[in-house]
This record gives sequence, structure tokens and C-alpha cells, in this order.
Amino acid sequence: MSLNDYLFLFAGMGLVTYIPRWLPLLYLSHRRLPQWLIEWLKLIPVSILSALLAPTLFIDTELHSLQLGKAELIVAIPTLLFALKTKSLGGTVLVGMLLYWISSLLL
Amino acid sequence: MFSLNHNISSDSSERNIPDSNLSLRNGAKAAWPICLGYIPIGLAFGVLADQTGIPFWAVGLMSILVFAGSAQFIAVAMLAAGASPGSIILTTFVVNLRHILMSSSLALYLHSVNRWFLTLFAYGITDESFAVNMTRFRKGGWDKVSALGVNHISNIVWVLSTISGVLVGQFIPQGAFGIDYALTGMFICLLVFQLQGKKFLLTGMLAALIATVWFLLIPGNSYIVGASICAATIGFWINRKAGR
Repeated sequence: MSLNDYLFLFAGMGLVTYIPRWLPLLYLSHRRLPQWLIEWLKLIPVSILSALLAPTLFIDTELHSLQLGKAELIVAIPTLLFALKTKSLGGTVLVGMLLYWISSLLL
Repeated sequence: MFSLNHNISSDSSERNIPDSNLSLRNGAKAAWPICLGYIPIGLAFGVLADQTGIPFWAVGLMSILVFAGSAQFIAVAMLAAGASPGSIILTTFVVNLRHILMSSSLALYLHSVNRWFLTLFAYGITDESFAVNMTRFRKGGWDKVSALGVNHISNIVWVLSTISGVLVGQFIPQGAFGIDYALTGMFICLLVFQLQGKKFLLTGMLAALIATVWFLLIPGNSYIVGASICAATIGFWINRKAGR
């Protein structure tokens, strides 16, 4: 592919990626939002985080089936407890990495 | 990139932000778990792109113009399979529709902020920067310049990691130090921060359940948007009913 081919493709991808990131923010941040929408939007972060994590923890993505013994899930339990106890983001990331590393050496 | 940020800083100082350099530094500090997570993914992406025959400059161009990890992986796989540009662009659009939800939620904390600022800010909205910024905004003491810092520092690291992946990726051992778990660990902790009361716990559990079932039944990544909207809506209604 030539520079122009790449440029056309990536500009197109960039545009369709940017618009959904940009328009809602631009529009909603200059409106008075109804209370129900505020309440609903406040539940979005927890929902997205949970939804993003779920397949990583519960699903064998190769086999496309439920798998409740993944290293990711087993490591997630002490990592979660550490996060609850310390409320430290950096510490949790490092503890998670350490445990995952150990698990990969053991398994 | 930094001179750009500097312009923003001086603009925001008119809006009662005491020290925008400090804000930017706070943003950088908050972004490090994201950066740690982006490095292995960016390197892996670069290696994949290299194997597909995409040169380093094209990878850099793509990371700058698109800046969306999962869509970039899918695009490279589609290019390898000989897909047309139109179908790749359409797929990218669908995969990245989830940003509508994030962009909408961020509006809660960026109310009546200058439109140029929002235009620059929106470019850096990703799953990761969204999660970090929303958690910080909710806790309080977080401002838009710090949030912009998180977005753009993550972006710089992503661009550099993907280019490095093409150039030196095959020499780097995979999975060292459990670095592949960095983003998972970060999401786990940010999820814990979000669980401030029963309705958040309930909504989070619903989202995990729905996402798991959705993922198994429907191919692609529609589970993120689907499960988030369903869980937030059910959580919202249960909370309303319980409140009366």
C-alpha cells in the first residue's frame, strides 16, 4: 500500500472513531441535563468497567466458553482484596502484575 | 505535543485553576498505570503490524490518527485478510461506538467547558483514560487540565510503543514481570473505587453477568455497550423503585 492508501484508510478510521468521542461531550456539556439522565450516566462507569473486565476474568476467549478457573480470575481475587484494603491504584497494579507473573511461572 | 498542552494550560489559568503546570503533572502521575499497560499491548501491536507488512511510519500514522487499541488490532487483521478500506472503516466505527457512552458521562464533569478544549480532550477518550478520569473527578480535586494530561500522555506512550513494536518488538520477551496484567489490575482497582454503595455494586454485578452472557452469544465487542446500557438501566430502575 502507498502513503496515500494508508492515509485515506487511517483518516477514515480516525474520523469515525473521533466523532463518537467528540459529539456527545460537545453537545451534553453545554446543556442542562435532566436529573434522571445524570443519575443514569453516573451508573455508566461502573457498568463499563465491569463489562470490560468480565470476559477477561470469566471466559476462555480461544475456546469461547465459560471458564471459571483462569489465572486472570484467580489472581483477581487477592488483587481485589488488596484494592479494597489499601485503596491504592499503583499498589494494586503492581500486586496484580506480581501475582500474575508468579502464576505464569507456576502453571 | 507539549507546546500544544502549554497553550491549553495558559487558557485554563483564567478559569480559577491555581497552577496548571501542577495539574498537568498530576495528570502524568495518574496516567502511569495506563502507560504501563499500553507498553506491552503497543509492542504486541507493532509486532503484528510488522508481520502483516505495515511499515513503522504507517503504524505511527495509524496510532496518531485513530488511537484506539482494539480497533487497530482488528484493522491489521482485516488488512492481512485483504479486506477493503470501506469495510475496515465501518468495522472501526462499530467497534468504537462505545465511546459515545464515555463521552456522555464525561460531560457531567466538563460542564460548560470551552468547546476548543473539549475538541482536544475528546481525541484522548479511551476505555483506560475514561476509567481513570471518572474515578478522579468523582473523588473531587481533579480538574480538566489534569484529565487532559492523562489523555495525552497515554496517547504519546501508545504511539511510541506501537512504533517500537515494529522496530524492536521481536527482540522483547513476552509476558515478563506480569506486565500483561497491568490494565486488568488497574480496572479491578478502579472498579473497587466505583463501588460506593449498593446501587453501584448491584449495577456492576449485573454488567458483569450480562457482559459474560452477551460475549458468549454475540460475536464482536457489542457486549461492552450492550451490557453497560442494560445494567445501568436496570440498576437505575431498581434504585428508583427502592427509593419510593
